[in-house]
Amino acid sequence: MTRRPRPLVYALLAAFVLGSAFPLYWSFIIGSVTRQRASQNPPPLLPGGHFLDNASQVFDRIDFWSALLNSILISGFSALSVVLFSTLAGYSFAKLRFRGSNAAMVFVVMTMAIPPQLALIPLLKEFSNLGLTGTHFAVALPWLVTAFGVFFMRQYLVDAIPDELIDAARVDGCSMIRTFWTVAVPAARPAMAILGLFTFMQVWTDFMWPLLVLQGSDVQTLQTALDQLKIAPGQTLTDMALLQAGTILATVPLLLLFIATGRHLVTGIMQGAVKG
Amino acid sequence: MTDHHDLPGRGHGGSAVLDRGGPPRRPRDPGPASTPSWRHRLSRWDLKVSPYLYVLPFFGVFAVIGLYPMLYTGYLSFFSWPRFGTAHGDAVGWANYAHVLQDPVFRKALVNTIGIFLLSSVPQIIVATLVAALLDMNLRGRSWWRMSVLLPFVVAPAATALIFGSLFADKSGLVNDVLGGLGLSPVHWHGDRFASWTAIATMVNWRWTGYNALILLAAMQAVPRDLYEAAAMDGASRVRQFVSVTLPSIRTTMMFVIITSTIGGLQIFTEPRLFDTNLQHQGGADYQYQTLAMYVFNTANSAVDPYPRAAAAAWLLFLLIIGFALLNFVLTRALQRRSLA
Repeated sequence: MTRRPRPLVYALLAAFVLGSAFPLYWSFIIGSVTRQRASQNPPPLLPGGHFLDNASQVFDRIDFWSALLNSILISGFSALSVVLFSTLAGYSFAKLRFRGSNAAMVFVVMTMAIPPQLALIPLLKEFSNLGLTGTHFAVALPWLVTAFGVFFMRQYLVDAIPDELIDAARVDGCSMIRTFWTVAVPAARPAMAILGLFTFMQVWTDFMWPLLVLQGSDVQTLQTALDQLKIAPGQTLTDMALLQAGTILATVPLLLLFIATGRHLVTGIMQGAVKG
Repeated sequence: MTDHHDLPGRGHGGSAVLDRGGPPRRPRDPGPASTPSWRHRLSRWDLKVSPYLYVLPFFGVFAVIGLYPMLYTGYLSFFSWPRFGTAHGDAVGWANYAHVLQDPVFRKALVNTIGIFLLSSVPQIIVATLVAALLDMNLRGRSWWRMSVLLPFVVAPAATALIFGSLFADKSGLVNDVLGGLGLSPVHWHGDRFASWTAIATMVNWRWTGYNALILLAAMQAVPRDLYEAAAMDGASRVRQFVSVTLPSIRTTMMFVIITSTIGGLQIFTEPRLFDTNLQHQGGADYQYQTLAMYVFNTANSAVDPYPRAAAAAWLLFLLIIGFALLNFVLTRALQRRSLA
């Protein structure tokens, strides 16, 4: 129907993609040269052969593998929890009728404007009173269910389930929760996968809350471990090569996830947008 | 389709979804069960209570980690609370707010936050719109391009800050090297106030432009194609079509993007914190890139009345965000009305 665009369009897009990828390449270059080379002029433009040396220093300095495991556990648990509770709530808002439903949905959306800083101090106090600081649970708790998740599932389920299907299940004598399970969940599955993926990435990349609640604890996530790599004790100057090697190591897991699932992530972001 | 969903089940006589237990319907078979059975009552109850039960987890979690802490933060901001004290002390009225507002570091952080926010949102939305317009064309390898622009989104803000901290390093950074190659003098990215804002804004722009481009792209794809055909028949150029067909059609999504980037932009914390080369985390030797979120965080660790003053600063930040979000809303509405008139 429409003709293919001119080469200029591809050139512009290619320039943008190059700009998107270059900082990662730069990080790898610096992470693969020696500490001395990293701080010399002119800066290196090609990778050196010291990435493994730098990486092994990273492993000496921080407990990388346990941070990785913590990040996986916390992000995975949060993703499951957000998907479960958001699907339940989203289904209720989209398909069930109850008093105050519309006002409650508006309220959910409005809570997205509240900055997390507003809750930091009382939460931290609550958690330290309960002896929860420094635990996986403390990092995951703010991520049990998110307003974005509820909103996203509601938007998806409004169109995804015909009311007739729910009626039919009810006529067959299904309880509400069984109807949810046999009608809503199968229809919601694509959106659930996307929301899970999205939440996993959000929790994985979160920094301020874990930084605060894990202060001085043995439990660290990848992001707070990176922070520790920067402020390693007895150091006068930041070791850029070490830091970039750590950055690359901490980024690779999400990069792999992105390569495997990026297509769905794109679909999800675009779907959430049109109806939003 | 939309009306149907706004009023779920309306017009479906006897829909289970609709049934809220109004006047009892005539029983289908007037059998012996004239009083509703236990089973029937349970099902009624199930129907009534379940919708509330399903949304309860959200509101429960929000009450514990959102609403209560927020109100408590507000309460706390009117008391004194000595460092290492186990409970708050006397009520001090607005003293904490007065202290924060008179604190030169707070004022600096306020200006820094707004400066970084403007440098990171205005160019970002313009470039995202242009990238979305390019992606909206009939490209070869469409899904590959879409995925590629999203690449920076997988890099955590902490990692982003460390990478750009190196790119913008004052002495051995690539950016200064390139500037030198162009015959320009090196920039003090960490020392100069405006330069440090630019470096931090660049991180935000790098990570979020592609993401926002995809959201805008989705809106552009929902524009009916015959609108373009009609415009083309009227002799409108590509650029003209973009300005008078595309842009007006995506303004709701545009407003969504602007408001979400306002909310996120004013809360910026990770990037400036990790951009710091010294270990004090104060946002530069002269606080030149300390943001309000950092101010809240640092104040909570300060010497005198740490919690109450941080609480007051957090509420001021919240008011700033609401103020900006409302301003966006009003401005966009006014612009729309003008373009419709």
